Amino acid sequence: MNHLWRKKKFFLGGLFTLLLFVLMHSLIQSGLVSRHIQSLSVPVGLNMILALSLFLLVGMLGELSLGHAGFMSIGAYAGGLFSKAMVQVIPVWIRFPLALCVGALVAALLALLLSVPVFRLKGDYLAIVTLAFGEIVRSLVINLPFTGGAAGLKGIPKDTSFSFLYWIVVFTIWLTMWIYSSKIGLEWRAIRDNAIAAEACGIPVVSRKRTAFVVTASLAGVAGVLYSHHYSILTAEVFGFNRSIEVLVMVVLGGLESAIATAVSAFFLTIAPEMLRFLNQYRMLIYSLVLIIVMIGRNTQWEKPKWFQQRRENA
Amino acid sequence: MAFVIAMINGINLGSIYALIALGYTMVYGIAKMLNFAHGDVIMAGALSVVVLVQQFHVHPALSIFISVIFCVALGVLTEKIAYKPLRNSSSLSVLITAIGVSYLMQNLAQILFGSSLRSFPKVFRWPSVILGSVEFKMDRVITIVVTFILMFFVLWFVYRTKIGLAMRAVAQDREAAMLMGVPIDRIISITFAIGAALAAVAGFFYGVAYGFVGPYSGSMPGIKAFTAAVFGGIGSIPGAILGGFLLGLAESMVKTFISSELSDAIVFGLLIVVLLIKPTGLLGKEIRDKV
Repeated sequence: MNHLWRKKKFFLGGLFTLLLFVLMHSLIQSGLVSRHIQSLSVPVGLNMILALSLFLLVGMLGELSLGHAGFMSIGAYAGGLFSKAMVQVIPVWIRFPLALCVGALVAALLALLLSVPVFRLKGDYLAIVTLAFGEIVRSLVINLPFTGGAAGLKGIPKDTSFSFLYWIVVFTIWLTMWIYSSKIGLEWRAIRDNAIAAEACGIPVVSRKRTAFVVTASLAGVAGVLYSHHYSILTAEVFGFNRSIEVLVMVVLGGLESAIATAVSAFFLTIAPEMLRFLNQYRMLIYSLVLIIVMIGRNTQWEKPKWFQQRRENA
Repeated sequence: MAFVIAMINGINLGSIYALIALGYTMVYGIAKMLNFAHGDVIMAGALSVVVLVQQFHVHPALSIFISVIFCVALGVLTEKIAYKPLRNSSSLSVLITAIGVSYLMQNLAQILFGSSLRSFPKVFRWPSVILGSVEFKMDRVITIVVTFILMFFVLWFVYRTKIGLAMRAVAQDREAAMLMGVPIDRIISITFAIGAALAAVAGFFYGVAYGFVGPYSGSMPGIKAFTAAVFGGIGSIPGAILGGFLLGLAESMVKTFISSELSDAIVFGLLIVVLLIKPTGLLGKEIRDKV
């Protein structure tokens, strides 16, 4: 019974994503959607991927990372340089998937290198090392000879199409949900809830943390490749500390418990600044106020109004 | 020669970092939170000096006291309004709230004073002291001397007064301190007030050293001082001082002798290496997990 229901849910979910894709694609093709909204689809999709990938680390494993944008930057530059070099050699339908793999692999490799020593540290120390890592990446990218320096890396082929982006977002959501309910996701959540108890149950804590870190980084790398192949120009400043924070805010406001909630939170927090554009200079002010109020409101134990309590007692 | 100048610049920068790092480390030790808005208090302090001197023609020496009072009010107010309701929530919620407060301060400053950099008033007009072939700029000397005085004051306050004892008790075990009759709320407010006052002074000297202040000027020194606090072992007051000076010296040395563009990368790389050798920072205490 349960098995059948799961199959049905999977089928329905697949049908829904397919229909949504056809709807959005035809809307864009027919020109019914303004260019402005169309151009918003890219940051929305990218932020969804970034937030979901960070959700794996912060939500499921309970480790804080402040250098997520660093991995995105590495993926963006690795994929961008690869595509630039191969633009004459390989046709686009092989080149772009290859670039995605290159970006993901390079980011994963660096994450693996960083993770070997890093998980000897705990809590806020991990946060500070990832912060330092992000700053190092930014500083190196500006000064390395082959990244275009402060002026930026130009002339990356514009390979990111709407359908590509859409399906990668769908894949990321599916992957996150799958990991969440899989054995490894269960182990991550056990580590989050109580690392000592998890270790006592025979879960190799450090190795599991390392896996989570690498998966997170490679997904961020994929987002980076998508970014570089959409905007075609890269500068190091785009991937600064503020971007890492922006993604972290999305994850935390998503509630740290579900992949879908994270994706929805990323969606709304990306379009919110656009919706608030009429506020002009007060836009970010309102945004920060809302952020503070939401955080305080969510963590306050609201007392139920008197009339409500009385009614309950009477009933 | 170049070495001595780099030394002096490093100690100057280090004293600014140490002042900021003290605020980070005290708040972390006592309220158990990473106060990401601390960097913006520096900016608020420096900008208020600029506004007071340029628009209200207040004497610079007086302006520093007004800016300290302003920052203390700001620090205590944000603690009461934004952080106090979250005292018992997860550290992640508090972190995000602090980030919200940081955005709020930056954007308020931008709306009120514009996003462009403002030039910091020339406060110290006294001539430099020349010893042999080395020139000691007066502003550097004053920064270092004032920092040392303030640091000894903080150490005296924390380790020799009754309020300091209460602070250390709260840092050690909040609930036990509460049971012993320590007024937690007041102690945390005092901690924020001291941190903000030190940040205001640091902001003043930052403005003196760099000459320009804008709404986003606080974030980079904030991040670096945070790094310094971790470097020395977060929660440890002597550690923050040591970390601040070491970070300032390292940055200045790298800028002078290796590469000024890569200085950030090298300094942050150094931090990672130190943390790998000594995972709780230079003077941090090792905390054993209790089951």
